[in-house]
Amino acid sequence: MVAFKSLAVAMLKGFFRDKMAVFFAVIFPLMFLALFGGLLGGSGGSEIDVEQVGKVSVLDDAPKEVRAYLKESLDIHRTSDEKAAIRKVRTGDADAMITQRGDTLVVRFSQADQVKAATVQGTFQGIVQSANIAVTGQQPKYALEADQVEDDSLSTIQFFTPGLMGWAIASGATFGAATNLVVWRKNGLLRRLRLAPVPTWAVVLARIAVSVAIAAVQAAIFIGVGVGLFGLQLTGSWPMIVPLLAAGTLSFMAIGLLAGAVAKSEEAAVGIANFVVLPMAFLSGSFFPLDGAPGWVTAVSEVLPLKHLNEGMLDTMVRGEGPGAALLPIVILLGFAVVVSAVASRVFRWDD
Amino acid sequence: MGAEITAEGLVMTYGDVRAVDGVSFTVASGEFFGLLGPNGAGKTTTLEMVEGLRRPQSGSVRIDDHIPSKREPELQRRMGVQLQASSFFERLTAREQLDTFGALYGVAAGRTDEMLEQVGLVDKADDRTEDLSGGQKQRLSIACALIHDPDVVFLDEPTAALDPQARRNLWDVLRSINDSGRTVILTTHYMDEAEALCDRVAIMDAGRILELDTPAALVRGLDAPVRISVAPGTLDADEARAMAGSDDVADEESGLTITTRDPARILTELAHRDALDGLSVKGASLEDVFLDLTGREYRA
Ligand SMILES: Nc1ncnc2c1ncn2[C@@H]1O[C@H](COP(=O)(O)OP(=O)(O)OP(=O)(O)O)[C@@H](O)[C@H]1O
Ligand SMILES: [Mg+2]
Repeated sequence: MVAFKSLAVAMLKGFFRDKMAVFFAVIFPLMFLALFGGLLGGSGGSEIDVEQVGKVSVLDDAPKEVRAYLKESLDIHRTSDEKAAIRKVRTGDADAMITQRGDTLVVRFSQADQVKAATVQGTFQGIVQSANIAVTGQQPKYALEADQVEDDSLSTIQFFTPGLMGWAIASGATFGAATNLVVWRKNGLLRRLRLAPVPTWAVVLARIAVSVAIAAVQAAIFIGVGVGLFGLQLTGSWPMIVPLLAAGTLSFMAIGLLAGAVAKSEEAAVGIANFVVLPMAFLSGSFFPLDGAPGWVTAVSEVLPLKHLNEGMLDTMVRGEGPGAALLPIVILLGFAVVVSAVASRVFRWDD
Repeated sequence: MGAEITAEGLVMTYGDVRAVDGVSFTVASGEFFGLLGPNGAGKTTTLEMVEGLRRPQSGSVRIDDHIPSKREPELQRRMGVQLQASSFFERLTAREQLDTFGALYGVAAGRTDEMLEQVGLVDKADDRTEDLSGGQKQRLSIACALIHDPDVVFLDEPTAALDPQARRNLWDVLRSINDSGRTVILTTHYMDEAEALCDRVAIMDAGRILELDTPAALVRGLDAPVRISVAPGTLDADEARAMAGSDDVADEESGLTITTRDPARILTELAHRDALDGLSVKGASLEDVFLDLTGREYRA
């Protein structure tokens, strides 16, 4: 027990004093979070800037409630210069120009941002149609009620925090275990420890404890920054990420130990870990959702532990599913850890 | 206190290199035992088999009643080991290394300061091991081997990177360990070290023990001549040649050197003639034994 504790403390100190390791485990993924959270429009759908030229009766004469609703999604500037307004749309300073010619509502938009272009068309289509119905004096027969399936507060940050956190923890645990194993084997510390009255399980357990502790620190910082700076909102069963992260860390550690057992040098271990972790992060939806991905990508992702960790975290952290949603991912992650560790222990050597 | 070691017919081959080729010896409890030999002689490999780091391909090792390759904690707690390459935890200070190794052997942190003092690293206690010099690392590595006050100590070239002061200081440390009844085995290239420290020395080459005895007996067995020199102009060369017992005389600018197997007689003669100016007497050393046994050409 004393041996376990002192080994764990030595490993933790070694990690936190390694500025590069800390940078890549914590700061680097946080930069991505800031990038994705900040650039890709952190909070809510962005408004559409509309240049209105002259009088547009469907807007100007719309009932009060409709105007209030439009105000939420449209930011309307009035102007009289149509050419200047079109130029603004072309250069991206505005999203659309509208004007009225007789009974026709003319909308000009830029195809540069396809999402905005579609939104502009859809919005004004709707406005024209409801104005048409209003003219007939009939009450509309059908009504539309639209609501997203996720938590109401869903925004990009909700997606990216679990994904990027999964990636950060995967790299941290994989690199940590891989370099630790290679460095200790190369500098002879593994041999030295073999001659100390310390059971092998104490060494392994210390490494597990340290990896899980580092993952916990990463998760705390990620969630803290997400909630504090980017308006991340956690849903009910988010504490399930604790067992999820522990199981995930074991899987990634196993990958790291395998890389460390195979690699002849620290550089090779880092290379192998990179070779595994980065593609895994892409294929597991850490950087973008896999919804539109081809079938083979989805098939490959099924055998990747990070995919299951990400799914489990999305379900419990932001999709509002119950704690049960974490169970299958945890089982898969633990199974993966067992299989890969078994392989790693087969290729493991105490010295070169 | 102390431990008895028996090695019998140890063999270890790497591919077609017979690194250790039938090595047997015993070390008595409280003895200071040295393994002396050129590079690649098989010293480290032998030591590793005795420590239990490698299982001999044939032959056996016992330390008291234990087989070291079984890695029994009761035995390992009594063994202190310094490996040829210093191995430390990354980015820990000297003090933290000692505390950590101490904890692995279940000793209170109290001995850390004592050990730092013994190996002269008090000033470096809070430096990270990466920032220590080669010799300082080696001293720390030895301190880590001694932190738990072991009964039997294995040191693989403990003084290889040390400056003369550090070497002498370490000799003192090792002697005091041995004086308190502990068994010490070390490997070395330095003849003076083996002569100064060891009760018995095994001279190894190409995986075999060529000679095993006390340093004095090894030198005696060589029957090597003694060289006696005096300052230039003290004695005439022909006169020296005429002396009974002088085998060879070399008259050089630095002085006159008489080679003899009967130094007592020559010295009496010199005293008689009052020709003792700048006298120096060089007996055969372990180095002569060593070179005589292993030859002068480079090893693999
Ligand atoms: N792990 C290994 N794999 C292959 N050959 C080895 C290995 N370790 C040692 N050898 C070979 O075994 C022989 C003995 O090596 P050993 O390290 O025991 O020598 P040594 O006496 O300790 O030398 P030195 O004084 O240089 O430390 C050498 O020829 C060496 O090349
Ligand atoms: Mg050696």
